[in-house]
Amino acid sequence: MNKVYLYLEDGNYFEAESFGAIAHTPILSEIVFNTSMQGYQEIISDPSYCDQSIVMTYPLIGNYGTNQDDSESITPYLKALIVNEYCDSPSNFRSRQSIAQFLISHNIVGIHRLDTRMLTKLIRQKGTMKSLISTTPLTGEEIQTHLKNKLSENQIEKVSTKAISHFPANRGKRIVLIDFGYKKNILESLLKRGCDVIVVPFNTSFEKIKSFNPQGILLSNGPGDPKSIQEVIPTIQKLQESYPLFSICMGHQIFALANGANTIKMKFGHRGGNHPVTDFENKRVYITSQNHGYCVDENSLANTPLKITQVNLNDKTIEGLRHTSRPAFSVQYHPEANPGPNDTKFLFDQFMQLVAEGKNA
Amino acid sequence: MPKNNNIKKVLVIGSGPIIIGQAAEFDYSGTQALRALREEGIQTILINSNPATIMTDKEVADKVYLEPLTKEFVKKVVIKEKPDAVLPTLGGQTALNLALSLEQDGFLSKEKVTLLGVNLETIEKAEDRQQFKQLMQEIGEPVPESQTINSLDQALDFKEKIGLPLIIRPAFTLGGTGGGIAETEEEFKRIVKSGLDNSPITQCLIEKSIKGYKEIEYEVVRDAHDNCIIVCNMENFDPVGVHTGDSIVVAPSQTLSDRDHQMLRDASLKMVRALKIQGGCNVQLALDPHSYQYYVIEVNPRVSRSSALASKATGYPIAQVATKIAIGYTMDEIINPITKNTYACFEPSLDYVVLKIPRWPFDKFHSADRTLGTQMKATGEVMGIGRNFEEALLKSVRGLEIKRFHLELDHSEQISTKELLTKITNPTDERLFEVSELIRRNINIHDIHEATKIDLWFLQKIENIIKLEKKLEVQELDRELLLELKRNGFSDYFIATKKDTDELSIRKLRQEHQITPVFKMVDTCAAEFESQTPYYYSSYEMENEVLLQDQESVLVLGSGPIRIGQGVEFDYATVHAIKAIKELGKKAIVINNNPETVSTDFNVSDSLYFEAVTFEDVMNVVEQEKPIGVICQFGGQTAINLIDQLDQAGVNILGTNFDSTDLAENRDRFEKALKELDIAQPIGTTVTNTQEALKTANELGFPLMLRPSYVIGGQAMQIVYDQEELTEYMNFAMNVWPGQPVLMDRYMIGVEVEVDAICDGDTVFIPGIMEHIERSGVHSGDSFAVYPPQNLSEKLKQDLIETTIKIAQHFKVKGLINLQFIIKKGKVYVLEVNPRASRTVPFLSKVTSVPMAKAATKAILGVSLKEQGFSTGMQAEEKIVSIKAPVFSFSKLKDVDSALGPEMKSTGEAMGRDITIQKALNKAFTSAGIHFPKLGTILVTIADKHKEETLPMLKRFHQCGFKFLATKGTAELLRENSLPVQEVQKIGRADRDLLSEIKDGNVQLIINTITRGKNVESDGFKMHRAAVENGVVCMTSLDTTQALLEAIEINSLGVNTL
Repeated sequence: MNKVYLYLEDGNYFEAESFGAIAHTPILSEIVFNTSMQGYQEIISDPSYCDQSIVMTYPLIGNYGTNQDDSESITPYLKALIVNEYCDSPSNFRSRQSIAQFLISHNIVGIHRLDTRMLTKLIRQKGTMKSLISTTPLTGEEIQTHLKNKLSENQIEKVSTKAISHFPANRGKRIVLIDFGYKKNILESLLKRGCDVIVVPFNTSFEKIKSFNPQGILLSNGPGDPKSIQEVIPTIQKLQESYPLFSICMGHQIFALANGANTIKMKFGHRGGNHPVTDFENKRVYITSQNHGYCVDENSLANTPLKITQVNLNDKTIEGLRHTSRPAFSVQYHPEANPGPNDTKFLFDQFMQLVAEGKNA
Repeated sequence: MPKNNNIKKVLVIGSGPIIIGQAAEFDYSGTQALRALREEGIQTILINSNPATIMTDKEVADKVYLEPLTKEFVKKVVIKEKPDAVLPTLGGQTALNLALSLEQDGFLSKEKVTLLGVNLETIEKAEDRQQFKQLMQEIGEPVPESQTINSLDQALDFKEKIGLPLIIRPAFTLGGTGGGIAETEEEFKRIVKSGLDNSPITQCLIEKSIKGYKEIEYEVVRDAHDNCIIVCNMENFDPVGVHTGDSIVVAPSQTLSDRDHQMLRDASLKMVRALKIQGGCNVQLALDPHSYQYYVIEVNPRVSRSSALASKATGYPIAQVATKIAIGYTMDEIINPITKNTYACFEPSLDYVVLKIPRWPFDKFHSADRTLGTQMKATGEVMGIGRNFEEALLKSVRGLEIKRFHLELDHSEQISTKELLTKITNPTDERLFEVSELIRRNINIHDIHEATKIDLWFLQKIENIIKLEKKLEVQELDRELLLELKRNGFSDYFIATKKDTDELSIRKLRQEHQITPVFKMVDTCAAEFESQTPYYYSSYEMENEVLLQDQESVLVLGSGPIRIGQGVEFDYATVHAIKAIKELGKKAIVINNNPETVSTDFNVSDSLYFEAVTFEDVMNVVEQEKPIGVICQFGGQTAINLIDQLDQAGVNILGTNFDSTDLAENRDRFEKALKELDIAQPIGTTVTNTQEALKTANELGFPLMLRPSYVIGGQAMQIVYDQEELTEYMNFAMNVWPGQPVLMDRYMIGVEVEVDAICDGDTVFIPGIMEHIERSGVHSGDSFAVYPPQNLSEKLKQDLIETTIKIAQHFKVKGLINLQFIIKKGKVYVLEVNPRASRTVPFLSKVTSVPMAKAATKAILGVSLKEQGFSTGMQAEEKIVSIKAPVFSFSKLKDVDSALGPEMKSTGEAMGRDITIQKALNKAFTSAGIHFPKLGTILVTIADKHKEETLPMLKRFHQCGFKFLATKGTAELLRENSLPVQEVQKIGRADRDLLSEIKDGNVQLIINTITRGKNVESDGFKMHRAAVENGVVCMTSLDTTQALLEAIEINSLGVNTL
């Protein structure tokens, strides 16, 4: 039983126990919570959680183990998984590894046996904050020194592919997927629809993308602050003039920035699989899978060519945008699911429709 | 879509009396629905025949019709009230079936009444097996492959295609006689042959067996905009094969990956959309533990028991939301009433584990077949909430009120491991405990999994508990271990037994170590949003979330799971106590663990603690909230049994105190008290062993009435007629209640009368007297009770009133008191005094318009009865006659004798009310679901001693148009008296015996008074079961027979010559 200490920026601290990888040196990260009751493997391996620590609000994690299908990326970038109780003897026909083994094999720290509901409430009340995980108790001074350090700001650079890869279908529509930290199921969702997909690094030039002769562009999800990669904005602006465009999560925020809107940091973000989103275009509410700490500022949309198509039912934040004159639209949430509900999978079909109609649709 | 403004008046149909499979959950959903409608300014009309419910309170609906739930009566209400719409989706299958038949009749459309929440097509598609199968095939959702066959060859062809195991269901046989599951070819041939033989049309349905699959449920809500959400998914501990109502259920699912979950979620949404359900519904699915293969089991197109469970498990009020949807709202327009700042259109996220365990009636029905299968047998359930599975499980176990505080099997030392291994392959109510015992005996959980198919995850959790248990046995109880045990749900009581100490010492030790529980909120959203609702559960964590206010508070103890003898009546009283406390401006806190009831609706109290009603759990709440006191008298025996311990722990018991309760329950003190007061009682005494019993029996003389002290509902109460029966009883009682004295009374035959009164220590107010139709010997809960009494002289009534006042005052009752009397030869004898709310409180409150539980609560809290406008004496009697009829669930329980006796057997009650006793009886029988025949054949077998009394009744039956079937002795009597009779052979005496007559539908009514003995093999037993299984009304009491006769007579026009 290895003791581990969790210190929060607001002065609160928790004593817990360690499972998974050991934090040999104190780990500084942004701490967030996720309310999904299932889907921990997908969450851990979602690159959007790069350099963060996640508190799972559901207390029992690891019940069904981990398997070969459910990772959303090859390398998880998560710093730590914080749970109330982890399960070391999973039960599910696909299980290959326990959650502890999975974390160890990916060098992710796991901590358990702490009041995760209390921790969640602190994050809700005070907002996302810095946290420090250490295997030895730290003095107040040590804590302050560590907490003074800046959190990483180059997560997209870290997680985005360095090489261009092609998933040839030799038929179907050619889509360029710009990788800000894409989840595997975004790619799968395109492949399932018969697309020929080329995944490119986040900072690939317009000319390079153009050279692939794509029929549509998909801007992926990704970690951190969209403003950390302002340099891609001109490329996005050119792309939307030339190709049908669909943007998800980080992609949605960059799409907004590219059209003159602004993004802001939320108090504690949306992370979970139960977020209701109202679609103004057909008066429906979808249950969506979400993971974001920034959102598009509603007040910044006035003089942009963007129109709000969807908002969060609860806090009314922007969940969907559509370009008024170009075949381009975006959503803040994850229509590809994994984890979470499949309610909005049809957005990929809508994108396919736009692609079929061509750039001037 | 906003509210439909054309709907101004709605008729809500309730679910009627409580029977197995349809219980208090519909009081909860119906009450919520009525509240939701009234919030919208809609006028509400309710029809329900169950007086024991909150929903039938005058203040819950604008107009309440406590009338039988039949088409005829619903039509009458519709014609009288002219509602704009009928809402039938919150009253269980009863309400849905009624609405369906009214719609099919064209009645609703003719009266221009809209059916809300559901349509005819949906009901038919969901409930008709064939239509449902077809719809599933259309939308591509898998149902188990099946085929109807008429020969073995056809069966074998199907088997080749699908493979074994297969289920064989013979057509048109009751209870699936002749069918079964075949695992091998040989078995298959044998069962198919037997099935074909047993089926009157030589037909069987062969179905792919999905026994052993995981059973998963989804609670879905859909609105008119096609918005569709899952409130909660639930995983059954018991795999497919055990009815979900009889399964241990956990929420959310534990062993499903997100992919498994999303696949089943998608399937559920697809089905609910295809069925176009608007409101709440329940989808049951079976998932192969080894692949993604799943099958749809069924869809319930209405709010159900599972929805009540899901509502309590998540905080999401399904019935309320379903009602708003029914009147036109969409979910994004409905505020989430728990958070009050988000909307109902979302999916709750839990940050705790919820577990439900059914409560079965086998403690009452010793002869019952305890096997669990497709027919539900539980009468109630408990729910436990914990931060882990172990905590939720152990909380539930100790809340079951089966005298167990842990996963322990009674008399386990007498059962061999081999025996246990066999037992677990056949699921019964004991399986959880048998499995635990096997793990305790170091049997590998993989072997247990093989035998039971219970998921390894669940078995591992039980193994964790057993490991801790063993640690507790060998290790010193230091802080670390104690905390570990508490985190995993161990009760102080169990820890104490393992450490040879008492519960209080463990409590003290914990407090010294600062190991005390905190309370967490159930908030629907896993703390993502701030919640405004004080709905709590305990856990051994860091942060306590209880919001304390600067207000005097009162804690009310609930009555736990519904079982025979302690039904929804006690929840009714609990809810009224809560309301009264609130009316007095105090904070009302409730502790209860029954997910079906109104008392555990977070809207009812100011603070809801969803905890087991045990000493430890109550003390935790007391220490947390520091109420001015605890009210125990409304929670049935559950709460009464805690008075002693709570009192000793220094808790202020509000209302009748421990001493008074003890005075009523301690036989010696009670006898002395009555003697002092010069009040007569049947002679009797207390015995503690068989020898003493036999000796005393000689002094008192047979027959004798025996019962253990401190039990409710006449549990184990029995009349014995000789020494042999007495010895047998004593051996049984000494075994089950070791050390508990047995009360032994001379069994007196007379008229039984019941009185409920309210006392504030000074004034004694009696709302009314109830006269039982059945003589003493039939448990009061199984008797028809008549208000006002029809056969008591003014003098007798005066005697009853005076005796009641004397006793209430002498016993220093503060609150409610219930007295049972026997009247013999014009003299009043006191049978029993219960200084607490009784089963008849809701009935009497309703028929006398005295809010008894409220008045009692206020009296308890210091508002004298005088101040409330009540004075000593009885309220003037009403003219209208009201009758409470018992309702039974015998058709659900195999091997239980339906004969009435001193032990209570009914599961619910219904009411009949009209201007004459005969009309009221007629309605009471109708409400109770007794479809009495207008003419036909009566099978009569009566004991010699009853013949004289029966004869005039039989003559009157004959006047109404009945003829008779009888065995030899009775037949002779009838012939002598010129009554038309056909002689029939006793059971087994000939090819055709009386059983064949019953089975062939030649009998419309049975009168049988030879009922002694509990033997399953006895003729009486077989006859009673045949009656139950063939839907024939069977009378085992001549008094009930007389009442039935009168009810039949008022509808019967005779034929006479000029």
